Amino acid sequence: MNYKKKSLLGPLSSLKYLFHDPITVRYPKEQKKTYPEHEGCSPQYRGQHTNDLEKCVGCGSCMDICPTGAIEMVEFNDVKDKPGATRKRPVIDYGRCCFCGFCVDVCTSSSLSMSREYIHTFITPLNADSRDAGDLISNDFVRRPDLSLTENPGWNTPDEWSWLSLDRMVMGVMEPKERKTSFVEMVRGYSKEEAVREAQRCVACGLCKEACPIHMDIPEYIDAIWKDDIEESVKQIYKTNPLPEVCGRVCTHKCETACSIGLRGDPLAIRWLKRYAVDSLPLEKYKSVLLNNAIKPVNKRVAVIGGGPAGLSAAFFLSLMGYKITIFEADEKVGGIMRYGIPAYRLPDSALDKDIDFIKSLGVEIKTNTRVGKEIEFNKIKSEYDAVILSTGFNLGRSTRIPGSQSKGVVQALDFLSDTRDFAAKKIKEVEITEKILVIGGGNVAFDCSRSAARLQMMKFGKVNVTQICLETLDIIPADKAEVDESAEEGVVLICGRGPKQVMIDENGKVKGLDHMKCNSVFDENMNFNPKFNEEDKAICEATMIIEAIGQAPDYSYISDDVKSKMKFERGKIVLDKNNETGAEKIYAAGDIVKGPDIVNAIADGLRSAIALDKKLNK
Amino acid sequence: MSEILTFMGMEDQYKKYELFFGPNHPGMHGNFSYIITVEGHTIKKIDPDAGLLHRGFEKLVEQRLWMQNISLIPRICVPEPDINEAIYSIAVEKLMGVEVPERAQYIRTIILEMARIGAFLFGFGGIGGATGLYTASYWTFADRDYLLDLFEWLTGARIYHMFILPGGVRRDIPNGWLEKLSETVDYLQKRLYEYDRLIYNNPLIVKRLENLGPVTQEDAMKYGITGPNIRATGIKYDTRKAVPYAAYDKIDFEVPVQTAGDGLARAVQKREEFQVSLDIIKKAIQQMPEGSVRAKMPNPLKFRVPKGDVYVKLETAHGEHAYYIVSNGSDKPYRMAVRGGSFTAGLVYAQKALVGMRIEDVALWMATMDICPPDFDR
Repeated sequence: MNYKKKSLLGPLSSLKYLFHDPITVRYPKEQKKTYPEHEGCSPQYRGQHTNDLEKCVGCGSCMDICPTGAIEMVEFNDVKDKPGATRKRPVIDYGRCCFCGFCVDVCTSSSLSMSREYIHTFITPLNADSRDAGDLISNDFVRRPDLSLTENPGWNTPDEWSWLSLDRMVMGVMEPKERKTSFVEMVRGYSKEEAVREAQRCVACGLCKEACPIHMDIPEYIDAIWKDDIEESVKQIYKTNPLPEVCGRVCTHKCETACSIGLRGDPLAIRWLKRYAVDSLPLEKYKSVLLNNAIKPVNKRVAVIGGGPAGLSAAFFLSLMGYKITIFEADEKVGGIMRYGIPAYRLPDSALDKDIDFIKSLGVEIKTNTRVGKEIEFNKIKSEYDAVILSTGFNLGRSTRIPGSQSKGVVQALDFLSDTRDFAAKKIKEVEITEKILVIGGGNVAFDCSRSAARLQMMKFGKVNVTQICLETLDIIPADKAEVDESAEEGVVLICGRGPKQVMIDENGKVKGLDHMKCNSVFDENMNFNPKFNEEDKAICEATMIIEAIGQAPDYSYISDDVKSKMKFERGKIVLDKNNETGAEKIYAAGDIVKGPDIVNAIADGLRSAIALDKKLNK
Repeated sequence: MSEILTFMGMEDQYKKYELFFGPNHPGMHGNFSYIITVEGHTIKKIDPDAGLLHRGFEKLVEQRLWMQNISLIPRICVPEPDINEAIYSIAVEKLMGVEVPERAQYIRTIILEMARIGAFLFGFGGIGGATGLYTASYWTFADRDYLLDLFEWLTGARIYHMFILPGGVRRDIPNGWLEKLSETVDYLQKRLYEYDRLIYNNPLIVKRLENLGPVTQEDAMKYGITGPNIRATGIKYDTRKAVPYAAYDKIDFEVPVQTAGDGLARAVQKREEFQVSLDIIKKAIQQMPEGSVRAKMPNPLKFRVPKGDVYVKLETAHGEHAYYIVSNGSDKPYRMAVRGGSFTAGLVYAQKALVGMRIEDVALWMATMDICPPDFDR
């Protein structure tokens, strides 16, 4: 540039601007030239907030990220209760807000956004005392955002721009080809790096804690995993869960359904993280990590009948309270449904034994091969012990009771799974199977049967021919989605929306197939199980073996009649009074026989019965 | 002057006195002050008196999560806030070993150059203000508004954008934004010639700036003077070329230099660099690649930066701005120190350079040296 070209008259050129429009704009009278189609400020302006109160789950991530501490989560009565959400909603102090929009970028439910409104007016009431004016003004700055400003939308965050890590760390699973040839555990588990990366996705909202039947301290143990403090993590887990190895593998993970990250992306793999934490700490270290305070003994003895999840849970918690526990188990080993129901490819014996060994190490006495009512009388236990907890579970298979269901080739799910488990543990040489197997049922147990059958067929015949039929259509099937997908990968053919009509028998009395019909609806108007069939629409499915997996039933035959008469039963389950007692003196109950339907609920029930018992005995 | 005072017998009374040249003075830039000992109109001694602008940023940063700091640090410098976000983000990326997508690098370049132009416009206005030519400051502030409009469109805010994040930028460019930016760049190009007529070809201003506080190359090196001021002495040093960041290594541009090192050279250097910035933006728009604008980053609430320390320096309108960040591996920075662009010039070199000047030169010297108080007091 030649700045030497000086001219005194140069600056006078500015005079021509006298007749130009001014650059500054008087809002809202004039539009800006940069974005003429938008009145006032820019289309993604960061102004006052809007929040869809119904969509918001009250996770509090906005409060956690707010750099100025302007957001507070406040509980509101006018907010509707919904599952997986709290009644808390963000309230913003505009005296502190810096309009950075970070709250919007981390919003898990995408309910929070910003509007283009930025003008805040406050008119001091004429009758206001001047001493109150300060409070009046500052209170006016504190507002709960709602949908009132949505007509003027500004900054909002679609998933693409969200700051949250929405993609789950992929879990290594055996290929279907490989896994269907054995009962080796198919899920490989996280490595340390994978677990830490998965743990960092957690926003510690605690919605999972609410959803979990035992209210595990999930955000705390995930935080410990993130900090690579396995001991602390296991400590947090054992605060509420005595069977973490089991829950880390086969829990129905209500927590993951509630996970707020799941609203935008994949929920956190909470179950796998729990498994990672407990797998990483050897059993030898458990005692030094978990038992810091000496247990104060209480001079009372409690008998637990049935060593399933509820019984073990009650035994664990009561031991910590100082009680002397004896578990009476009918089978060779404790574990109940965990050992004899769930197939080894989902829950290997080693994992289950680790949990049980720790419970044993607390001094719990376990009497195996002792069936109450056979090896020992119920009344004898009742008289010898200060209290008895019943936790025998639903251990009888339920039959479809269709014509032909009593024939030889029709087996019950629990018997089949128990045999399979023994086979996997190399205790028996063979499970009786045929080349064409049909499984009836749509729950997780039915899938366990069909997938176990597929493995056994693969090992014996080298090919899979398993068909599964269930009443429910795919959208209402009670089993986990993963089970449906994985069983398909393993070659199981699933036929949905069909009900069994009769088992077809050939002239030699052997099963040759199943006559099935269309199921129009599974539930009636009151959502009670009441299937309606269309008998016209029927078909035949060939099979030489049928496994019935349509549910289980309890067995109360071991309880003496005088005790039974004092207890109340409803739909096969024991009804508890408001103190969580059965009505019969010294008798408590837990697990499936009180409240189903899964392991984590059984653990919760075990704890509940332990608390009820302690309350009574320690009066 | 002194003769008259001697004649009037008031020599002792007025010969030497202390002048508080602080925020109350219209020529002062921001909340900073010089305590000037003057003899007549001539400065004999100058004591920089910082502290009025202290907001404790460096300590506040230690108490906030890594990501929360993005909303705090732009506030360190008002005329050019984006530079803080960029340095902080680059520092965090270096510590974490994150690769930033190319498109984000170009967007960062455009934002930094827009901020730079905005700061230059501030500077032009400053020269106008200090010389009594208020038209200059009216024009520059109005033109800066066009840039702020574009910032508002892109980032959602006008001054503190909080847009550059570790890993990239917060959003992709909206539809039609680059076209508007091109229009604005063309407009500013036209306006630059108007500024030439108004300021740089104005004999009054040229005469006023000539020989104002000349900086020698030795002094510039000795006192750590950086940015356009060192280039005005003839030393061709630009951080954008020396330690390339963002997309500066992919964009072809030539750094201009002056030789005189006086007030005029410094002003002209800024005017020349204004042109360079416009050219860089034009080239960045042309070369803008497609792709993502943000690398995958961890959840901001569980954001941990590996142990280590890093020193990152970037070129700004008033010199080399730098952060020294130490991480102890936790979710908050362990220590952060800021080295402002005009840190040495305003605090140390001023004590030498201003001695012997006249009071009315202080404001103009500060304007040409681009003294920015937050650089030494934050």
